[in-house]
Amino acid sequence: MDETPPNPRELTQNPLKKIWVPCKNGLPEKHISQRKVCMTNCPTLIVTVGLPARGKTYISKKLTRYLNWIGVPTREFNVGQYRREYVKIYKSFEFFRPDNEEGLKIRQQCASAALNDVRQYLTDEGGQVAVFDATNTTRERRETIIQFAEQNGFKVFFVESVCEDPDVIQENIVQVKLGSPDYTNCNTEEAVEDFMKRIKCYENSYETLDESLDRDLSYIKIMDVGRRFLVNRVLDHIQSRIVYYLMNIHITPRSIYLCRHGESELNVKGRIGGDSGLSARGKEFARFLGQFIQEQGISDLKVWTSQMKRTIQTAEALNVPYEQWKVLNEIDAGVCEEMMYEEIQENYPLEFALRDQDKYRYRYPKGESYEDLVQRLEPVIMELERQENVLVICHQAVMRCLLAYFLDKTAEELPYLKCPLHTVLKLTPVAYGCKVESISLNVDAVNTHRDRPEVGIHTHTHTHTRNN
Amino acid sequence: MMRGSSRSKHAQNRDCKVCMTNCPTLIVTVGLPARGKTYISKKLTRYLNWIGVPTREFNVGQYRREYVKIYKSFEFFRPDNEEGLKIRQQCASAALNDVRQYLTDEGGQVAVFDATNTTRERRETIIQFAEQNGFKVFFVESVCEDPDVIQENIVQVKLGSPDYTNCNTEEAVEDFMKRIKCYENSYETLDESLDRDLSYIKIMDVGRRFLVNRVLDHIQSRIVYYLMNIHITPRSIYLCRHGESELNVKGRIGGDSGLSARGKEFARFLGQFIQEQGISDLKVWTSQMKRTIQTAEALNVPYEQWKVLNEIDAGVCEEMMYEEIQENYPLEFALRDQDKYRYRYPKGESYEDLVQRLEPVIMELERQENVLVICHQAVMRCLLAYFLDKTAEELPYLKCPLHTVLKLTPVAYGCKVESISLNVDAVNTHRDRPENVNVHRTSEDALQTVPPHL
Repeated sequence: MDETPPNPRELTQNPLKKIWVPCKNGLPEKHISQRKVCMTNCPTLIVTVGLPARGKTYISKKLTRYLNWIGVPTREFNVGQYRREYVKIYKSFEFFRPDNEEGLKIRQQCASAALNDVRQYLTDEGGQVAVFDATNTTRERRETIIQFAEQNGFKVFFVESVCEDPDVIQENIVQVKLGSPDYTNCNTEEAVEDFMKRIKCYENSYETLDESLDRDLSYIKIMDVGRRFLVNRVLDHIQSRIVYYLMNIHITPRSIYLCRHGESELNVKGRIGGDSGLSARGKEFARFLGQFIQEQGISDLKVWTSQMKRTIQTAEALNVPYEQWKVLNEIDAGVCEEMMYEEIQENYPLEFALRDQDKYRYRYPKGESYEDLVQRLEPVIMELERQENVLVICHQAVMRCLLAYFLDKTAEELPYLKCPLHTVLKLTPVAYGCKVESISLNVDAVNTHRDRPEVGIHTHTHTHTRNN
Repeated sequence: MMRGSSRSKHAQNRDCKVCMTNCPTLIVTVGLPARGKTYISKKLTRYLNWIGVPTREFNVGQYRREYVKIYKSFEFFRPDNEEGLKIRQQCASAALNDVRQYLTDEGGQVAVFDATNTTRERRETIIQFAEQNGFKVFFVESVCEDPDVIQENIVQVKLGSPDYTNCNTEEAVEDFMKRIKCYENSYETLDESLDRDLSYIKIMDVGRRFLVNRVLDHIQSRIVYYLMNIHITPRSIYLCRHGESELNVKGRIGGDSGLSARGKEFARFLGQFIQEQGISDLKVWTSQMKRTIQTAEALNVPYEQWKVLNEIDAGVCEEMMYEEIQENYPLEFALRDQDKYRYRYPKGESYEDLVQRLEPVIMELERQENVLVICHQAVMRCLLAYFLDKTAEELPYLKCPLHTVLKLTPVAYGCKVESISLNVDAVNTHRDRPENVNVHRTSEDALQTVPPHL
């Protein structure tokens, strides 16, 4: 009756991420316990639903970007893309006529090809979420997808966008359709006319997600660009996060300004971290930043800082209200706080090398990793999505993480993004992405950017920092 | 302490993590009796207060009970009972008056106006009241036609109501069903068309489906997210600390040490305890510190590591004994005793910071069913405060001894707590607030309440 439980396994600390894992004979054993939270047990297939020009691709790309940033491997599969590769040259809306047998056959094949790639991504390539971006406007098509998902053990979550506002539809067409490969050889009127006819081809057979008929499906119906939502049967954590995200994004034009604090005293000494004040040049930058903000004439600008002295000092010079966020504090370098890179190399050469091997996942002893930073910055991103014009005065590592979200950078690229002092990045959403303007305020500062050196545990790494 | 924050309390919310809303918010419940309005009101209030948004609920039924001392029968609620209608109207007005006072004069940020509010006319009155006072309005409607759910509600919360102390079960249920009927004919649900300009969430079938209209700001968005994540499936949450650690034994705080021999024994007993409980589908969560993981390892079940469950960061005081903190940082030590919730260790964290970082844990706990959380003293205090609705003042002094499991089971409007000691000795790590918190106090006064250690 009383089984003697096996001896608890020994623990060893993974040298890169500083995570305690069970080990045998000093070697780590495989364990599922490394992830911060189990998003979902089986992969998820997100399926868009809606007439053309309802923002499905916009939503697909944005959602994919967000999920990848928070660490959920996600990829989008745009059936229109498959169609363009197959039918090299787009002639006209006639291709989409419901009585065009040839067209229907090709579109069906493209959808199948895309689903095939979905299966490969989720089953063989370690994908967690696939976004199947197509109109999917008939119940029949959706049923096919549901069966496909069932056979493969994927959960399905529908995202429908419903909109009848002609201004919104027109704006969509102008922003993303006119520039589409389909319309490279048309002028604006021709393109718009053809696209309107294309939409018509779908309208008659459009079966919106129905409260009654589709009551057993998991979905969110977005109405009138986010004014109203219908949410049905959210099954797990990832679907709940997706719903929360979709309910917070908007398409009102605005700009987000990212910059670091002015040059700090520790910056000048080539030391990382700490909580020092601004140098003379840093104070000058703060003043110039104030002028810059004034000149931009931004309506209703929100200003956010961290809770570290250098960002707050910078904001103070702007003479406008600002909010302090602790989660915007710079990455915690733990035992390496306030050290110069040379000192880190001298005192912790192994740590220094591990960091260069995988800068994104590397966690400072008693400190944080970029990966940790992303998790703590998620509420900032969510609030940035809700807001309109915002200026975020933060720090190098923090700014890299935020920038990586807006510019869809990978975990490998993120820690090496260039975010120099005294430079403001102005991000303006446009079409499916983000326009970046880099504005240097012409105040000199030290360079704190350290590129990835040629790495290897046993090589003598060179440290390229400049310190005065 | 918060650096650089010398602003007064009433300044433009500059110091808080994010400005929740510019003007106060009035949440208004809508729905027939026994649809979970009070359950939602109380839970939402508890959550908002825990995350730092001063919130209070105003239950009109309570005002009615204070006015009409003795409840006779459902007849009071008949739509043709003029006297009843008059009293109910007055109670609603009295409640709204208190709402105004709370939001305008007492620093309240959110008020939850808990009543049926089933007619458009009544809701219009409230909307005008809010407009006059500069409050934003957010409606939370609960719609449910599942007779089993309604029956269960009546059994769980109505039978025990002061209205029915002198009735047996059948009488109470019968009367309450008739009470519901009184509202049904005049019930005007929030309509997609007629109410398209209002901000609201309509919860259907206990969270199976939601309609969300015109979410205006951050706090409404957080409320919607919260309401979409809670459920009423019965389950239990087990909270405990890691087994006694080597640093615990030495009377040192923080650090990342392993378990002592007694700590390992606790871990084994915990494994047995979990087995005996026979919990279906138990999730086990730990922090990323060695002592919680070592504890979980002894359970021989899968577990998940959460960095946000790590113990409070004591900054420069990490791995110190209280005596050493008093010796090296007597001012800090005194400040901490003055306001233990808001006090932030130099280069470390405060309980207030902890709550912010634990919010995703609470959200996921709401989504989950049976969960065992193996964490740390300060962390456990924060989680416990959420479930037991403790204030910021009480939170840092909640008793969370080593080698004791707290089993929390939601019941009615609150949470039942069972404390199970696994009978393995451990040091006491609980330090009460000393009498003298003055910065000029003597070492003796400062260390008066330090628990014994090696």
